[in-house]
Amino acid sequence: MNLLADLGQATRRQLAQLGQAARLFARLVALSGPTLRRFGLVRDQIFLLGNYSLAIIAVSGLFVGFVLSLQGYYTLQRYGSAEALGLLVALSLVRELGPVVTALLFAGRAGTALTAEIGLMKAGEQLSAMEMMAVDPIRRILAPRFWGGMIAMPLLAAVFSAVGIVGGWMVGVLMIGIDAGSFWSQMQGGVDVWSDVGNGVIKSFVFGVTVTFVALYQGFESQPTPEGVSRATTRTVVVASLAVLGLDFLLTAWMFSL
Amino acid sequence: MSRSITDVWVGLFVLLGGVALLFLALKAANLTSFQLVDTSYPVVARFDNIGGLKPRAAVKSAGVVVGRVESITFDDKRYQASVNLALQSRYVFPKDSSLKILTSGLLGEQYIGIEPGAEEKLLAAGDVINQTQSALVLETLISQFLYRSAADSGSSTPAAPAAGAGAGK
Repeated sequence: MNLLADLGQATRRQLAQLGQAARLFARLVALSGPTLRRFGLVRDQIFLLGNYSLAIIAVSGLFVGFVLSLQGYYTLQRYGSAEALGLLVALSLVRELGPVVTALLFAGRAGTALTAEIGLMKAGEQLSAMEMMAVDPIRRILAPRFWGGMIAMPLLAAVFSAVGIVGGWMVGVLMIGIDAGSFWSQMQGGVDVWSDVGNGVIKSFVFGVTVTFVALYQGFESQPTPEGVSRATTRTVVVASLAVLGLDFLLTAWMFSL
Repeated sequence: MSRSITDVWVGLFVLLGGVALLFLALKAANLTSFQLVDTSYPVVARFDNIGGLKPRAAVKSAGVVVGRVESITFDDKRYQASVNLALQSRYVFPKDSSLKILTSGLLGEQYIGIEPGAEEKLLAAGDVINQTQSALVLETLISQFLYRSAADSGSSTPAAPAAGAGAGK
């Protein structure tokens, strides 16, 4: 009997959390107009979330491009198709690795920063103080960060893919010695702007919304204690990463089905 | 944090993202060959067998892309495949041009090759091309080869063991 009661309570708690999250999301979307009108706050957030993540995204993109090129070459040259390396690197990055790896890195770098900041604000009662002054904390604190993350993610993913392709070129053409002409021409012939690059941008946009929202929600609903904030931060990374990978499967199945 | 400095950095960040997207679109994808002003004229072609031809396959003449396959449907009155082509407006072909389904490379995709005819009148939008050659189907080729080998081995005895060995493989 106790087990059943506990199960029932746990389910109710999870459902309540889901409902809370949905309500917060609806509120953030509803505040889009006022937030964009006060673009100074959003711009500051883009600076904190985007510019500061640029270093890790660019370096990661470069190394992912290097490795893709190496591994791709080893496999392709067994079938005599080494000239298709450019195509392999470009499609892997633009369709999948760009959006997904950027989202995972973004969750780790910017997501944890968001959660920790808002969690500490909650622990320091700054959010309650704002409510006392009739300043809506969701409008003042959360919504600009939501839009900042949403705008920064697709740009970061594009930078990741572009730097990755350049990295792939550096290893493939400069280091291994594949013909540069066929590297680029196979790529240009095989990568379609709308169905490959476009779908990648849509994915990165969806991931941006997901990661930023998870980070904000975890921070906003964290326990106002040091352990609570640290637990919320780790939960952000875990939940955001799983959500991104799950959504990636759904989006890929939907977008790239024949 | 001074307002103007963050503005500059955020602007640079957005610019970098835009440049990266542009690079992907132009250098990595096929935007330059994508005609933004899409002037093309539609032509219908009828094939007995289209093989592995897919929509968006290329239509080439002398190896240069001159159009795209828009859609493929089945005509159940003639029991033929009806392929809608979009040929670029800057290329004109005579009315008696013939079409073939070719394969690019050994395992490549199939595309349509146009061979220009000799008439003076040109193809107009909505014209139907009936001089077409279907795709090569592997099973038909093999059965033809086997039939010919069997016929050869039946007619001349010295060639029988060689033909038999060849057909047996």
